[in-house]
Amino acid sequence: MYSPRSVGANGRRVATFVALLVASLALSVVSAMAQSTAPSTSSSDASSSTSSASSSGSSSSSSSDEESGTEVHGKLTDSKGTSDSKDDTPLVGVRIKVVDSSGKEVGSDETKDDGSFRISLPGEGSYTATLDTSSLPKGIKVDPATATRAFTVNPDQSRTLLFPVNIAARSTTGTLDQFLQALVDGTNLGLIIAMCAVGLSLIYGTTGLVNFAHGELVTLGAILAYYLNSSFGWHLIAAAIGAVFLTAAFGWLLDAGFWGPLRRRGTGNIALMVISIGVALSAVNLYLYIFGGLTKPYSDYHAQRAWEIGSIDLAPKKFASTVISLVVLIVVATALQRTRTGKAMRAISDNPDLAASSGINVDSVIRLVWLFGAGLAALGGILFSISQDVNFEEGSSILLLLFAAITLGGLGAAYGALAGGFVIGLFVNVSTVWIPTELKNVGALVVLILVLLVRPQGILGHAERVG
Amino acid sequence: MDWGSIFRNGGQAAFGPVAIYTALAAIGLNIQFGYTGLLNFGQAAFAAAGAYGIAVSVTTYGLSFWTGVAIALFASIMLAIVLGVPTLRLRADYLAIVTIAAAEIVRLIVRSVRYTATLGGTDGLQGFTDRFYEISPLHGNEYGFWFIKYSRDDTWISIVGWILVALCCLVTFLLIRSPWGRIVKAIREDEDAVRSLGKNTYWYKMQSLMLGGVFGAFSGIVFALSKHSVNPDDYATKFTFTALAVLILGGTARVIGPVIGAIIFTGALQAVDVFTREAIRVGYLPSWLIDDSKVAIVRLIFVGLVIVLLMIFRPQGILGDRREALIRDR
Repeated sequence: MYSPRSVGANGRRVATFVALLVASLALSVVSAMAQSTAPSTSSSDASSSTSSASSSGSSSSSSSDEESGTEVHGKLTDSKGTSDSKDDTPLVGVRIKVVDSSGKEVGSDETKDDGSFRISLPGEGSYTATLDTSSLPKGIKVDPATATRAFTVNPDQSRTLLFPVNIAARSTTGTLDQFLQALVDGTNLGLIIAMCAVGLSLIYGTTGLVNFAHGELVTLGAILAYYLNSSFGWHLIAAAIGAVFLTAAFGWLLDAGFWGPLRRRGTGNIALMVISIGVALSAVNLYLYIFGGLTKPYSDYHAQRAWEIGSIDLAPKKFASTVISLVVLIVVATALQRTRTGKAMRAISDNPDLAASSGINVDSVIRLVWLFGAGLAALGGILFSISQDVNFEEGSSILLLLFAAITLGGLGAAYGALAGGFVIGLFVNVSTVWIPTELKNVGALVVLILVLLVRPQGILGHAERVG
Repeated sequence: MDWGSIFRNGGQAAFGPVAIYTALAAIGLNIQFGYTGLLNFGQAAFAAAGAYGIAVSVTTYGLSFWTGVAIALFASIMLAIVLGVPTLRLRADYLAIVTIAAAEIVRLIVRSVRYTATLGGTDGLQGFTDRFYEISPLHGNEYGFWFIKYSRDDTWISIVGWILVALCCLVTFLLIRSPWGRIVKAIREDEDAVRSLGKNTYWYKMQSLMLGGVFGAFSGIVFALSKHSVNPDDYATKFTFTALAVLILGGTARVIGPVIGAIIFTGALQAVDVFTREAIRVGYLPSWLIDDSKVAIVRLIFVGLVIVLLMIFRPQGILGDRREALIRDR
């Protein structure tokens, strides 16, 4: 329930939280600016491995026939881990050898000044190309597993061969630079997590449902925006707005047609949780069925040149998504604080029976929680996909972070989800300075377990004896 | 339409290794979820602990097969402690969140590039099963009964597997009849009441989590042995959810429920699978709607729906008692 006193306390909390957000954003921008005055020589090599993954185009076959005859060709460049082609340097004098299926050598070449190689082949068939890693320039690495590649060519095909260069090499960049980059990326991710987590936390608070299918609402938003964007040809901004409204409407329907009736039927919370597991499993596979297993980008803002602020790469779209999420979260926090509906939501979160007996229409408020929660989840999914592209399981992979966020913030505490989401996003990204990127979500679990050990009610939850 | 193939495949699956490891995982879940009311949504992590425990000990470190089994069981108990200590004093939802997260984390770690040398990365590990198949007394090429036939290796793992299932059911049966069983069931019904009787509910819940975890590890061991390999993506969330569907279908809080559930569910799923492929082959299903690559996806959509529909309309499953299956809120 809420009394003037507790609203006041919450007001202070939200003010502190907003101040924290703004301060950390300002801090990261200021430090970025400070860094930009420093000589940028240190930024000349591979940065985080997420961005270098973009240069790992593993195989592509094209038949651009400038010369006739069966051949393979390609170009070795060190992309410095950036998608920007300005700073790429060609690798010269690297030996590449091709053997046919019986193991007989059919051709070899050394890369020329522009890093290109061209090997003619006797005819169609399957071959194996090997990059001689000992001939690579110093400091350049090709993973032995990817240095040997099998391929097939058709008659008179000129096939392109790509070798991923320097994927494993990540850190000649200073730890400080990496840290700043992680801070910027983490701010972006943290705000997105916070946005997705608000709905999850409010749904838990108002209905007691731990919704394991919340990640699927995140994916739904991203996928709907994808279809509006590529199939209907809407601009991404229009598509995003459309997808947010559609998902919000779907969230409303979900409560009106599915969860609401179950609740009224008296189905227990634990049974509801198991049901949400089944819903999540069905939904994620339904997306796989419809959308397919590939990761697809939106057609707008796809390959965007990043601003280089000192040692930090920041794509304008990422900056925009950070600003959008910040504005939306401030609006959400204010709405929860000031509007009648927002107050009602927090009141029900606190004590549903008391809220009902003081004249709040609990069912209609819960329906609004679903509406707004789903809409926010969709927006989070779209902003996430703008930088990470659309994938059928992005929501379920983010779910762990959402749960870590709302547990850290305090299950059911609305502002807790905001604070927890931001902290988790930041933490997960900053941890990649020290641990491999592929294991960054492990950090979230560690946080989850530590929070439960030390302060199970979370940062902003009520202390209560549970279990 | 080859109906013979549909029934043969369904029958083989219903009594083969797949049904066995699903049953073992579900028996473990039954101890935790059915009897004690613990929400373990990370049974895949326990199975992975079992499978990788044995694969890593034998393949990577060259230890003997039986040491590997011991390490596998130890690993699952340690996992139960790590997950249980922070969550079992808290509300039931916390265990659910932490276990579902832990299962995903375990999978991320075993498939990571960083630990490929030890854990095999995305390729997994092979070559730890020789000893197990060496001790097999079977020498023929094919065994079976009625219209169901298995290869020699499948027959051996199925015999060992069903013995294991029987032993696990016996252990469950004896434990649930004992004072220990009455206490964990009482914890499921009303934990505060049990605590007020002076019982250390935390420790009982921990024991239940460990025991279910050990059964989960057995499930992983049988899985790995029958596949002759471990592969990280076999231990994704779908493993847990299939076991959950099997448990709810068979009936929670019934000793034999998970076994019945596993036989029916695995058999039916495989039969539907083959049926769909046959229907595609002879052209009953149009190719724009579904093709061979999508059958496995549709199958998982179906598993999810089974969980939802059973939970709504028949939470006690085939054998269960409705009063025991309606898990209460705390």
